[in-house]
Amino acid sequence: MFSHLAILQVVVPLMGAPACFMLGKARLTWLMSLLISVVTCAISIGLLLQVYQQGPISYALGGWQAPWGIEYRIDIINAYMLLIVSAMGALVLLAAKDTALTDIDEHRRPLFYVAYLLCLAGLLGIAATGDAFNVFVFLEISSLSMYCLIALNKDRRALWAAFRYLIVGTIGATFILIGIGYLYMMTGTLNMQDLAQRLPAIADNNAVISAYAFIMVGVGLKLALFPLHYWLPNAYTHAPNLVTAFLAATATKVAVYLVIRFNFFVFSPSWADFIQLGNHVLLILGSVAVLWASWIAIRQTDIKRLLAYSSVAQIGYMVMGIGMSSLLSLQASLLHLFNHALMKGGLFLVLATIALRLGSVDTSQLRGLAQRMPLTFWAFVIGGLSLIGMPATAGFISKWYLVQAAIEQQSWLLVAVVLAGSALAAIYVWKVVEVFWFTDKNTASNTRHLSQPQVPVTMSIAMWLLIIANVYFGIDTRLPVTLSEMGAQLLSGAS
Amino acid sequence: MLIVVACFIARSKDLMVTVILFSIYGLLCASFFMLMDAVDVAFTEAAVGAGISPLLMLITLASVGRFQQAGRYPVVLIGFIGAVLGGLLVWATLGMPMFGDALAPVHQHVAPRYIEESGVEVGVPNIVTSVLASYRAFDTLGEVVVIFTAGVGVLSLLGGGSYQKRFLIDRIIDREEHKILRVVSKILIPPILLFALYVQFHGDYGPGGGFQAGVIFAAGVVLYTLFFGLKVVQQVISEMSVRVLAALGVLLYGCVGLVSLLKGHNYLDYYALAANPKTGQHLGILVIELGVGITVASVMILFFYTFARNFGGRGAVS
Repeated sequence: MFSHLAILQVVVPLMGAPACFMLGKARLTWLMSLLISVVTCAISIGLLLQVYQQGPISYALGGWQAPWGIEYRIDIINAYMLLIVSAMGALVLLAAKDTALTDIDEHRRPLFYVAYLLCLAGLLGIAATGDAFNVFVFLEISSLSMYCLIALNKDRRALWAAFRYLIVGTIGATFILIGIGYLYMMTGTLNMQDLAQRLPAIADNNAVISAYAFIMVGVGLKLALFPLHYWLPNAYTHAPNLVTAFLAATATKVAVYLVIRFNFFVFSPSWADFIQLGNHVLLILGSVAVLWASWIAIRQTDIKRLLAYSSVAQIGYMVMGIGMSSLLSLQASLLHLFNHALMKGGLFLVLATIALRLGSVDTSQLRGLAQRMPLTFWAFVIGGLSLIGMPATAGFISKWYLVQAAIEQQSWLLVAVVLAGSALAAIYVWKVVEVFWFTDKNTASNTRHLSQPQVPVTMSIAMWLLIIANVYFGIDTRLPVTLSEMGAQLLSGAS
Repeated sequence: MLIVVACFIARSKDLMVTVILFSIYGLLCASFFMLMDAVDVAFTEAAVGAGISPLLMLITLASVGRFQQAGRYPVVLIGFIGAVLGGLLVWATLGMPMFGDALAPVHQHVAPRYIEESGVEVGVPNIVTSVLASYRAFDTLGEVVVIFTAGVGVLSLLGGGSYQKRFLIDRIIDREEHKILRVVSKILIPPILLFALYVQFHGDYGPGGGFQAGVIFAAGVVLYTLFFGLKVVQQVISEMSVRVLAALGVLLYGCVGLVSLLKGHNYLDYYALAANPKTGQHLGILVIELGVGITVASVMILFFYTFARNFGGRGAVS
C-alpha cells in the first residue's frame, strides 16, 4: 500500500466528500470528515518521509506512463506543501465542530464539511500533480468549493464577497487555462517535466511568451498578488470565521507554490533573461504589497479585515523571496509559507474563538477582552508577535532568512522594506492589543449579561496547538529549515 | 456571428433579451464545435449552453425582475484591459502553427500514440473516449467532482429553506392552453431519454459518453417538468434520490480506481479489472462513464429543482 500513498493523499478526501454528502447529520459528518482529514495528514507525513529518504516519487495514474497518462510527481517541495495543507486542514477541521459553526445556518452545516473536504482535496491535488491540465481541474474543484464555503455565512454580505471572488477567480482560472492550452498547442504535451524539456527549443515563440504571461497573471489573481488582491479582504472578512482560518492557512500558499512550480520548473530552463524580467516584476510587486497592504491594515477597524490586509502583505514577503531567486531567498519564501500558515491559522482561530464567545468581532464588543478571556488574549498576543517577527517566534525565522538573502545581494533597499514591513505589522498588532487591553465601561457592562456559548474543547486544542507551534518552530527550527533548504536547492538546481 | 451576438449581449440592458441571446450564443457555439469536428463537445454545449442554463437564468429573472439597474463602470480602465488582452491574444496567434497544419507540435508528440495504439491498448474505436476515460481518466474524475461540487454549491446557497406548497411552475402550467405543448412533449420526451441512454452506452463506438448522456437525460426530465409540473415529476424522481445519486456517481467512478488499487495496480488502471486487457479496459470505461452519466444527470436535475423551488415567488412571469 505504501507505493500508493501519492494517489491516496488526494483520493481519500476526494472520495470522502461524496461519502459525507450522504450522511446528512452535522455531528456525524464532522466526525467522518475529521477522520478523513487526519488520515490525509498521516498520509502526507508518510509521503514526506518516503521522499526524504528515497528522493522524488513518480506515480503513473491508470498505469499509463507520462506524457501519455497523468503523472503524480512528488518531490520534496510537493511533499512539504502537502504536509502544510493537510496538517492545517486537519487542525482547522478539529476546531470546526458543528456547534462551533454558529455563523452558518444549521441545515447547511453538513454541506460545510462536504465543501471543506472538496476544497482540501482540490488544494492537495494541485500540490501533488505533475501534469499542467490536472492542475487546472483541481484548481476548479478547490475554487468552486471555496466560493460556496465563503457564501455559507449567514451574513448577506458574504454572498456579495463570494460573488466577487467568483468573478475574479473565474477570470484567473480562464487565464491559466488559456496559458496551458497555448503550451499544449506549442509542445503537444501537458506533463510539466516534459514541457520543461520541450519549451527551450521554441522559447522565443509569441504563443509561449503569452502563455507565460497568462499563467502568471492567472495565478497572481488566485494569489492575491498586490494589484490583483481586491477580492481577498472582502472574502476573508465576510467568510465564516473557520473558513477564513482555513483559507488563510492553505489557499494562498498553494497559489505561491504554483508560481514557484511554473517559474522555476516549467519555464525557467527556457529563457533565463525573460524569467529575470518576470522575477524583477515579482520583486517590485512583492515589496509594494508589503508596504502598501501593511499601511492599509493599520487603518482598518474590523479586525478580520485588518488581518486580511496583513495576509496580502505577508504574501508580498513570499513573492519577494521568489523574485530575488537566490538560494537563500527561495528558502526564505518556502519557510514563510510554513510559518505564515501557522501564524495566520492560529490568529484566525483565536478570532473564531472570540467570535463564538462574544457573538461578534466588532471592535466595540472587544474592548476589555483581556480581562474576560485572558488566555485567549495571550494566544492572540503570541500569534501577533510571530506576525511581527519577534525573535523566538516562527515569524522571526523566515524574516531573518529573507533579510540575509537581501544582504547577500547587497540590496539595502529590500532590507529596509522587510524591516519597515515588520514595523508596520508591530503597529497594527499593537492597535488590536490596545483595544483588547483597555476597558470601555459602557460596553463591558452591556456584554456581561449576554449568553456565552461554550467553546468546544477541540477548538481550544486546535487553537493552542497552532499558537504553541508558532513558538516551538521559532526555537526548534530543524524541520522547516531542513525541508526548505532541500527545496531551495532543488529549485536553484533546476534553474 | 458569435462576435455579433456577444456584442449584443454586452450592450443589452433588457435581461430577458440577454438570456435569449445567450441561448442563441450557445447554439452557435455548438454548431461551431460541429464544424471543428468536436461532436462530443457540441452535444454538451447544445444541451447545456442553449438549453438548461438559459432556462435557469429565466427562472432567476422571474424573481429578480427583467431590467438592469443603471450602473457606472470605469469604462476607460475596462477598455484598456480589454485592448491589452485582445492585443496579447492576437500577438500570440502570430506564433501559432497554421490551422490544420499536420506538422503542428500537437500532432507530433503525444497524439500519434493515442491515434495509432489506442485501438490496441484500450480497444475502443472512439479515440476521444479512450483518451478521456483511460489515458487521462483522472482528469475526468476531477471534472465529475467539479460538477458534484457545483451541485453542493447550489444546494448550500439555495437548498433547505421553506418548501412552498405550490410551486410557481405548477401554477403556470395548470392553465388549459398548454394542451398542445403537452401532447407534443409526450411524443418528444421518450425519444430524448432513449437517445440519452444510447449516447451513454454507445460512447465507446461513436461520439458521446457520460457527460453528453447526462445532460441530454436531464434536459428530457426538465422538459417534462416544464409541462407537467414539479410535483408530478418529484413523485417519480424525488429530490432526495437525486442527491444520493449525485454522490453515488462520483463514488462509483472513484471505486473503480480503488478496485485496481486493491488488485495491486495503479489507481484507475483498468487492466486490473479483468484477465483479458481489452475486456478490462472496456469494463472500466463502461463503469466510469456510467458514474459520470449518473452524477451529471442528477446534478443538472438538482439544479433545476432547487432553482424552481426557490425562485419565482412573486409571479413576475405571466
